[in-house]
Amino acid sequence: MMAALPIIAVWLGSWGLNAWLARYDTRVTRVLVALIFGASVLILWEMIVRAYGVPSVILPAPSQIARSFAGNLPILWGDFVQTILKGALSGWLIGAAAAIGTAIAIDRSPFLQRGLLPIGNFVAALPIVGIAPILVMWFGFDWQSKAAVVVVMVFFPILVNTIAGLAATDALQRDLIATWSAGYWQSLWKLRLPAALPFIFNGLKIATTLALIGAIVAEFFGSPTRGMGFRISTAVGQLDLPLVWAEIVVAALAGSAFYGLVALIEKRLTFWHPSQRSRETGA
Amino acid sequence: MNAVLPVLVVLLAIIAVWYVAAWFLNLNWAEQQLAREGIEPTFSALFHNTMTQERPVLPAPHQVAAGLYEGLFGQKITSKRSLVWHGWITLSATLAGFVMGTLAGILLAVGIVHNRAMDQSVMPWAVASQTVPILAIAPMVIVVLASIGVTGLLPKAVISAWLSFFPVLVGTVKGLRTPDQMQLDQMRSWNASPSQVFWRLRLPSSMPYLFASLKVAIAASLVGAIVGELPAGASAGLGARLLSGSYYGQTVQIWAALFTAAALAGVLVLIVGWIERMTLRRMGLAR
Repeated sequence: MMAALPIIAVWLGSWGLNAWLARYDTRVTRVLVALIFGASVLILWEMIVRAYGVPSVILPAPSQIARSFAGNLPILWGDFVQTILKGALSGWLIGAAAAIGTAIAIDRSPFLQRGLLPIGNFVAALPIVGIAPILVMWFGFDWQSKAAVVVVMVFFPILVNTIAGLAATDALQRDLIATWSAGYWQSLWKLRLPAALPFIFNGLKIATTLALIGAIVAEFFGSPTRGMGFRISTAVGQLDLPLVWAEIVVAALAGSAFYGLVALIEKRLTFWHPSQRSRETGA
Repeated sequence: MNAVLPVLVVLLAIIAVWYVAAWFLNLNWAEQQLAREGIEPTFSALFHNTMTQERPVLPAPHQVAAGLYEGLFGQKITSKRSLVWHGWITLSATLAGFVMGTLAGILLAVGIVHNRAMDQSVMPWAVASQTVPILAIAPMVIVVLASIGVTGLLPKAVISAWLSFFPVLVGTVKGLRTPDQMQLDQMRSWNASPSQVFWRLRLPSSMPYLFASLKVAIAASLVGAIVGELPAGASAGLGARLLSGSYYGQTVQIWAALFTAAALAGVLVLIVGWIERMTLRRMGLAR
């Protein structure tokens, strides 16, 4: 019971601080409140694990995870290169190129679009990650099979969004560019693709998370002796939970960085779009 | 309705491509097998072999259909080879997790909308967590819960709940915030209590957003349950079916399990969509 008192005190203290800060509601306090909440969760986690002696095979403390992270940097880096850079990133690039290319290829055929859109929407809701064992059989254990899983996973969300984006210009804009005697490709390149960019980036951002999931889960079906999915499943087997959590930290950082990078490119390319403009003026 | 013909044409094209791919991918093995048996590798012999192999690289569509039929109707549904039985195991974990995750997400969303400190503390992390491949923790959850004696349906349901929790939370918060200042002022001028504002204005206006995220959440729940069945030890469920198929090279079994999972996902999303239409129609929101 005595051990619970400081834990409750920290919780109430940080919560009171946040409740007080939240009333000001400026940009600085918003960031502060989020950071204080995150930090207090970590501190409470550490205190609970220490106070009640939770074994590390159930829940390692944040300090143990940090130590494992610092001590296993070469392993983590190797897994990061294998899974994120080779598997997820190359698959994401191939899948995105294929999806955007397909969308442009069937752009002139409303018939094919009407056929592909419902199928694409349906497939986007399916548990596609289940295709992993098949692709691991076809492409072997190394990163090529993971990239193939990622290609299949990211293809349909990007395809559906690109098709919707290419339809986003209104008749007035298309008429205007037609009066300037622009051909099909000119109007595609100068008007319709730029107008489709916000939609395409929406699909690309959804696909970043899918790409990481695909690359990691595909490794559960077979992989060389490196990679984040391999490390997670074997370290769990050895009850080395701090290493598992360190891999999860890497996955979280990589996921956020990947998403942030795509969002940054989007901001550069679609600076003219209202959703980006309003953010710049801080409204 | 004018989408039926194009969809059918595209589906037929996919099946045709599949048959051609099955021919090319299985050809190598078929040639070896015919050479071993000393049979003249004529086109018809090769064609027959590529379409009927026991463990093809890519099973032809009719083989998958036969495997699917055999799994769904050819067994007693209590049999361990029945896809109905495995599908039920996965479905029960999916639904249990979906209900848990949805309730938790809605409750937390209500708290966030009514408490500014909670909003500013939790929301940034909830939004950021959408970019994290949460599925990676599945094996850990299974093993840790097994080590403290929790096995069976609950660990998989926890993963499903975790995956469906964040979409529901983010969608519901967005939905509960849709009433604009004018509508809130109107409620005020009617002297509405906070609970009346919630039940009569906020909750009804959040419904379209809630259902949109429920569709995402139920699909995510199913993926969570399937991946939760992957770590060694699970012997039941569609995920276990996929894994054992990949261990023993039973490609027909993998494809049959995959199609069962796809059908399950499709049916679940359709059911949520149906409930959505019914609810919105009763509320007069249907377009």
